[in-house]
Amino acid sequence: MKQLTVLSGKGGTGKTTLTASFAVLAKKAVLADCDVDAPDLHMLLHPEIIRTQEFRGSKLAIIDDAKCTECGLCREKCRFDAITEDIKVDPIACEGCGVCTVVCPVNAITLTERISGHAYISKTKYGFMAHAMLSPGEANSGKLVTLVRQNAKILAEKENSDLVIIDGSPGIGCPVIASVTGVDIGLVVTEPTMSGIHDLKRALQLLKHFSVTPFVCVNMHDINKDNTERILSFCEENSIEIAGRIPFNPKVTEAMVSGKTIIEYSPESDVAEEIESIWRKTFSFLKSGSS
Amino acid sequence: MIVSIASGKGGTGKTSVAVNMALSIGNVQLLDCDVEEPNVHLFLHPDINRVEPVYILVPVVNEELCDHCGKCAEFCRYNAIFVSSERVLIFPELCHSCGGCVLVCPKKVITEEKHRIGTLKSGSAGDLELVYGELEIGEPMPVPIIKEVKRQIKKDRNVILDSPPGTSCPVIETVRGSDFCILVTEPTPFGLHDLKIMVQVLDGMRTPFGVVVNRAEIGDKKVYEYCREKNIAILLEIPYQRKIAELYSRGVPFSLEMPEWKEKFQTLFNEIRELVSK
Repeated sequence: MKQLTVLSGKGGTGKTTLTASFAVLAKKAVLADCDVDAPDLHMLLHPEIIRTQEFRGSKLAIIDDAKCTECGLCREKCRFDAITEDIKVDPIACEGCGVCTVVCPVNAITLTERISGHAYISKTKYGFMAHAMLSPGEANSGKLVTLVRQNAKILAEKENSDLVIIDGSPGIGCPVIASVTGVDIGLVVTEPTMSGIHDLKRALQLLKHFSVTPFVCVNMHDINKDNTERILSFCEENSIEIAGRIPFNPKVTEAMVSGKTIIEYSPESDVAEEIESIWRKTFSFLKSGSS
Repeated sequence: MIVSIASGKGGTGKTSVAVNMALSIGNVQLLDCDVEEPNVHLFLHPDINRVEPVYILVPVVNEELCDHCGKCAEFCRYNAIFVSSERVLIFPELCHSCGGCVLVCPKKVITEEKHRIGTLKSGSAGDLELVYGELEIGEPMPVPIIKEVKRQIKKDRNVILDSPPGTSCPVIETVRGSDFCILVTEPTPFGLHDLKIMVQVLDGMRTPFGVVVNRAEIGDKKVYEYCREKNIAILLEIPYQRKIAELYSRGVPFSLEMPEWKEKFQTLFNEIRELVSK
């Protein structure tokens, strides 16, 4: 089984647009939306949920007011500033580490499980999909990403699918690390802006750090041709495979508004054609194991 | 006053709003809290006068005195410690630095050492003060760096915080303690979906907020309908203009080349000040 992760460093460069298009083109891949705190893939692929799992990512300290003497030791030892002046737990700041339960001299504090989100297994027109929704403001998105990837793997094995396509989140921190470890290709979608270039470089360093083969795709390449050239020559100098460059086209937004992938919405468009070419290039690498 | 700028969806224009607003008002301290992908400095070319490493504390076990009882590993909620019959393995990149292992070790053989996870940089661009952080590649936890960036806040300044995208812990850490939060969105289904999640987050935190619609006119009208229904103020609309996009791509704050926007960002800031003082 092969795994492909679409990532970007910078947000809003077109990860989900590309992932959803790949889902259509791949036909029988398993999809994984690993952007668990702002998942958007479902809006293009319209999954029908077949199973929901509760996700218990972290614990929460609870103080028994009847036992508490307000000595303040928990507040002093908590490194997350999660105990307020009047000795109450701030559920947003609490990381559920349990230090307060250990230091409390009267055993007034316990840890309780909290539901930090839900993971879903769904069916789409183009194959099965693993996705999730972190409860707003929750921590531990990395753990939930790992759960989504496990679900995707199980689905792929069951369905005899040899490909998992993963939609990542922006950034390079814990959820992104959890989305790229052990995958065959990390396809970085960037845009020809100063921010896009800066963030692309950091995303590429992340892939290198975890020994993942990088591919680069420039989205909206025609909004700044000089910067696109800069990206292409940077990739060439560093022997990084360029998967393609997608032109700017307002049809992409139109497709999104109509809840469709650009491949379905406008199969003849320049964007759809380029995405197909990027897909062929990426897929043939995945199949052969080399370019 | 502390104003943070956030959005569920990435790439909606947080940094643009932060930078242009900062350049349009005086006495500003701008803090880039997107320590995974900090971009503010690309628009301001600051003179950096302070560079400091950011550390977290991770455990070190004195193996000579350790009897491998395993209490530390049992306590650790983050699986950062593994104890076998003859060895203790520590995984610093999983450690949340809570200090619990030190407290529970019956033999008191665990101490803590510094583990570098990033860098704090500060400097200035004209009379604007800029502070930002950078997470080391491969380190998973941005939050301690965001805390370090926010420790530099000078309350007598007009403090603007540029948040990372998303709706989870790094965003919460950034927004926590703000007097007001600007949510930047775009009028598309993705923009709306992620805006709704952020509205839930801010309602939970009881932080007052308003919306800036960027790339107005692309997409549909549903963001406006949602804001009207929920009684959420739309503070500013920035149209989709080729010139703005082109300036952005070159790393030029558009209010510098389009001075009419300076006034609009001033009005935005004044409006927020009024909302906060109410």
